[in-house]
Amino acid sequence: MSEIITRLEVNCATGETVEIPLTAEELVQREADAAAALVAQAERESAEAEAAAVKASAVAKLAALGLDEAEVAALIG
Amino acid sequence: MAITKIAEVTVGSGGVASIDFTSIPGTYTDLMVVFGIRSGRANHSDEVDIKFNGVTTNLSGRYLSGDGASAGSGSVPVAFAGYSAGSTATANTFGNGQVYIPNYSGATAKSFSAEGTGENNATNSSRLIFAGLWNSTAAITSLSLYSDSANTFQQYSTATLYGIQKGSLAGVTVS
Repeated sequence: MSEIITRLEVNCATGETVEIPLTAEELVQREADAAAALVAQAERESAEAEAAAVKASAVAKLAALGLDEAEVAALIG
Repeated sequence: MAITKIAEVTVGSGGVASIDFTSIPGTYTDLMVVFGIRSGRANHSDEVDIKFNGVTTNLSGRYLSGDGASAGSGSVPVAFAGYSAGSTATANTFGNGQVYIPNYSGATAKSFSAEGTGENNATNSSRLIFAGLWNSTAAITSLSLYSDSANTFQQYSTATLYGIQKGSLAGVTVS
């Protein structure tokens, strides 16, 4: 027997709270949303890693020019 | 200014895919959602997203985040509400967060802000602040909190919806 996935709905007008099984459409949409979220998360992590690499490269180049750590920090925070 | 609790809900045994507040009255100035959630995701935390009126379209935002190992920032086409604790987080902890939605019943695009933390008694614990926009002129009459990774919110997770009425109270003014 497969697990029944529900959502918890509270009606703010009546105060009634009910657990409602997801419809087939909602289940499909939920899976699609999760797949899209995985892709988006990978893209975010990739962009953040790329930005960190660029920053590290810039810091290395500044150091090669003779700036010490305090001077680099003053420039880029 | 007056803050009124509109509704509060606690997840029962078995967990749920989302927490949905429906039939939200349009009589307040702003809305605020506060939550404490633990997710079934096998991680120290899980992203909690929010959607309005049942749709995930026309959403965008900027985030700043950190998890004890790295920091991040960027733009996303979804609405972050914060973090829940994941299933590998310290036992019996719940991530917490809040979302503030000004002028939710007006006919202009809806901006909102969110912040949250995953809560974990270990090195890795996620933290997030978010500035979001739902580019819709529709009044917000329902909102949903759900797991970004399609995991379930675990038993004893809670969410509370407050209505903020404009005016002044104790030196704080909402207009």
